[in-house]
Amino acid sequence: MTSHEVVQQGESHEHNTLARASLDNCVKCTICETQCPVSRVTPLFTGPKFVGPQAERFRNGESVDKSLDYCSSCGICTQACPQGVKIAEINTVARAVMKEDHMPVRDRLIVQTTLMGRFMTPFAPVANMALKNKPVRKIMQAVVGVAEDAPMPPAQMQSFEGWLKRRPRPKTQPTREPIVFFHGCAGGYFEVETSKKTVEVLEHLGYEVLVPKQGCCGLAQQSNGLFAGARRSVNALVDALLSAGKGLTIVSSSGSCTGMLKHEAHEILGMDDPRLMEVGSRIRETSEFLLELLDEGILTPDMLSPIEATIPYHQPCQVKSQAMGTPAVTVMEAIPGVKVVESGQPCCGIAGTYGLKKEKYEIAKAVGQPVFDMVKETNPDLGTCDTETCRWQIQKHSGVRMVHPVELLHQSLGLSNDLKV
Amino acid sequence: MKKLSVDVVVIGGGATGAGVVRDVAMRGYSVAILDKADLGQGTTGRYHGLLHSGGRYVVSDPHSATECAEENEVVRRIQAHAVEDTGGLFVVTPDDDLDYSNGFAAAAAAAQVPCEELTIREALRREPRLNPGIKRAFAVRDASVDGWQLVWGAANDAKRHGAHILTYHRVTGMEVVDGSVRQVTAIDEKRGEEVQIDCNFVLNCAGPWAGQIAGMAGCEEVEVVPGRGIMIAMNHRLVNSVVNRCIYPADGDILVPVHTVSIIGTTDVKATDPDQLAIPRDEVQQMLDAGEALVPGFREARAVHAWSGARPLFKDPKVSASDTRHMTRGMKILEHDTRDGVNGILSIIGGKLTTYRLMAEHMVDIMEEKLGNQNECKTAEEIIPGNEDRKTYAVTHRLEEREHDRFEDQIICECELMSRGMITQLMTEQPTASFDDLRRQLRLGMGPCQGGFCSMRATGIAVEEQMVDVERSTELMRLFLKNRWIGLWPILNGDQVRQTALDNWIFHGTFDIEHLPQSEEEAL
Repeated sequence: MTSHEVVQQGESHEHNTLARASLDNCVKCTICETQCPVSRVTPLFTGPKFVGPQAERFRNGESVDKSLDYCSSCGICTQACPQGVKIAEINTVARAVMKEDHMPVRDRLIVQTTLMGRFMTPFAPVANMALKNKPVRKIMQAVVGVAEDAPMPPAQMQSFEGWLKRRPRPKTQPTREPIVFFHGCAGGYFEVETSKKTVEVLEHLGYEVLVPKQGCCGLAQQSNGLFAGARRSVNALVDALLSAGKGLTIVSSSGSCTGMLKHEAHEILGMDDPRLMEVGSRIRETSEFLLELLDEGILTPDMLSPIEATIPYHQPCQVKSQAMGTPAVTVMEAIPGVKVVESGQPCCGIAGTYGLKKEKYEIAKAVGQPVFDMVKETNPDLGTCDTETCRWQIQKHSGVRMVHPVELLHQSLGLSNDLKV
Repeated sequence: MKKLSVDVVVIGGGATGAGVVRDVAMRGYSVAILDKADLGQGTTGRYHGLLHSGGRYVVSDPHSATECAEENEVVRRIQAHAVEDTGGLFVVTPDDDLDYSNGFAAAAAAAQVPCEELTIREALRREPRLNPGIKRAFAVRDASVDGWQLVWGAANDAKRHGAHILTYHRVTGMEVVDGSVRQVTAIDEKRGEEVQIDCNFVLNCAGPWAGQIAGMAGCEEVEVVPGRGIMIAMNHRLVNSVVNRCIYPADGDILVPVHTVSIIGTTDVKATDPDQLAIPRDEVQQMLDAGEALVPGFREARAVHAWSGARPLFKDPKVSASDTRHMTRGMKILEHDTRDGVNGILSIIGGKLTTYRLMAEHMVDIMEEKLGNQNECKTAEEIIPGNEDRKTYAVTHRLEEREHDRFEDQIICECELMSRGMITQLMTEQPTASFDDLRRQLRLGMGPCQGGFCSMRATGIAVEEQMVDVERSTELMRLFLKNRWIGLWPILNGDQVRQTALDNWIFHGTFDIEHLPQSEEEAL
């Protein structure tokens, strides 16, 4: 069967047998249950072992256990499982079946991340005001179920694409091969600063940075069970990224979107298109790429000016699941004077769009509380984290400014001076 | 000694006996049913769980096929809760030639077995894991049925009509006075008490043991050949409809989704003793290969348990005694008055679970003829209480139930989602039950961990509920694990080895199960 047919079959019915077959590996040891950050804070969720390998044996294309939706899809269970059960993946597929018939309007809206950013950018001051406006948020909660206090992305005056077009050309000629930058929706419209600084760091190191016109990776659609749309997004994005040139390395500062292309689209959406495999094997999260440059001697300590600071760092669940260690810690600690303190926590609670929903807002906050406390105690002025929604969540609940680790490097390389450290 | 007096004694608590006792009770007789163990512990509990559409017999035995098709509808109507309407497929795999399938649809039509040919695409849409190389596919009305629920449903209905259900009553003898059976003696195994039952008629439904029973009434050697077949349960549903190979009946020709597992079966080898049924390694391999032909990757899936059952086949002098598959599967009722000169006893041998009700009707009709009575048989029309909503079972049911009671009740058997409420209720209803007795009704310990996590919980609850003392509870747990082990050992491979190792560490390493206080008597 060709990959195209598999996708077709998957489209007709959400039965990814890849994840289901892994339930055979479960020995019921319960390790996943002890690691689940959601189970830790609420009895509403029946736990990863229950909803994953156990409940899956009772599913037959029908959805009868709505409580599985309390899973945040953080994937900590899959990482913790010593037997190789794709617990979170089983659950995400089951959620897709559950939502096949009755998708709440809200879950269709908040996954439209590109659309939302495109819409908000030209009206940024108005949008920001509206999102900060209590009555407006109350109406949003009542009508579409987005929690009134949920962390919302700050709309920007200029999109990343707009900046790219208007900025002065880089003064120096590239000395190294071209690489592709994948900015993701958040990096395109909300976390524009992260995208800009990533590009500037890469250019500073001699790379020619190509930014093909690109859309969403489909992760938000996937975790909300909208698989068909997610697959369309993945296909379009893969084509867009490959259009920049053959055999190029792809770098992204969107930690979770990187994971989508590396493994989730394959493991959860059941896609095995060779183009996806090509992109998946060539993509690097920014810190991961910078660590390679450190190892190869392209990024050297003498380039870095000291920053005397203790920096809290939280590695997001979806970055943990990429099984690449903690490159951000090594890269930040390459800066003289920087001491990194890790959160040691599984998840900040937001898990993409989970914490935005009104029925999950308090759960997400409770899940992330140890992260918020740790960040605040470690450094009340600045914290680091690799993905956008996690930064919004931690910043909102701790009051500490959160940035991508690349921003610290940007400052250390002398390219900016706006971090209060 | 306990004494009882009834019109009729039914011996054998399998599907046939349960159908017979229900029919006898509904026709107004006082009746007792005896089994040496639990209901459905013999052949009935050791099969693949298929409610035949009749498709399997359209070519080899059209009469049986028609009966199956009719009774399939009856069982769905009277016992909907025991049946899952999975539907079935007959497929020609790449290894099979097309000859048999060429006559299949016509034979089905002739036997009045509903059958429809599907496109390959449609068959693969229904069952995506099916071998994509299949050459033809037919849809039939196969279903899966829980043999224990079927038997308990019928027995409980009989009880409502006044029947005595005497499990763990091993028949030890029969008294024949003036050429007629007048009394059955038995041992109540759980209480160690002798029981005498005066009666006017004995209906021998002991399946593979029917020859032994008939012998107690002095009836000359009734030759029942146990046709041994093994089955293997795979950890989850690899298919959601019954999948049959569209070939002349052969070994390993069927894969049945029953509850949470899928069962591959079966073999057919002549056995000598129905109490000693082996699960030979080569037959296990043969079944796994057969599964591979239907579902590629079958061997990589996890096998959780294997078992062996004995078909009671009546020895027909027309075929060789070693070829059990081709003996008649239609049942045979022996009238011992004309055959052996002993009045007041009939033996039934053979048949199929699907037609259990019809077989009972035939047998009770003959008994009434001998007794000079003519009461109407209502077993096909009267719905067994509890099934009035006529909703068939679905594998999702327990998950749905736990969704509703998840804040109120504990889950004791995680694999099969059996709650504390379910087990304490049954313990109250059946206080002498062993954990295996509870298992057959609740699926305790039947999932992938095979009792590793639930048996100690069940044991603790039994003590807490004061159903048993500590010594007996230990014995019950050991017995339960020992019985699970019988079906684990022959299939131990891959994931199931890791499970068994973990279970072993728990029971030996943590509980030191071998050195727990022991009771004087052997647990039953």
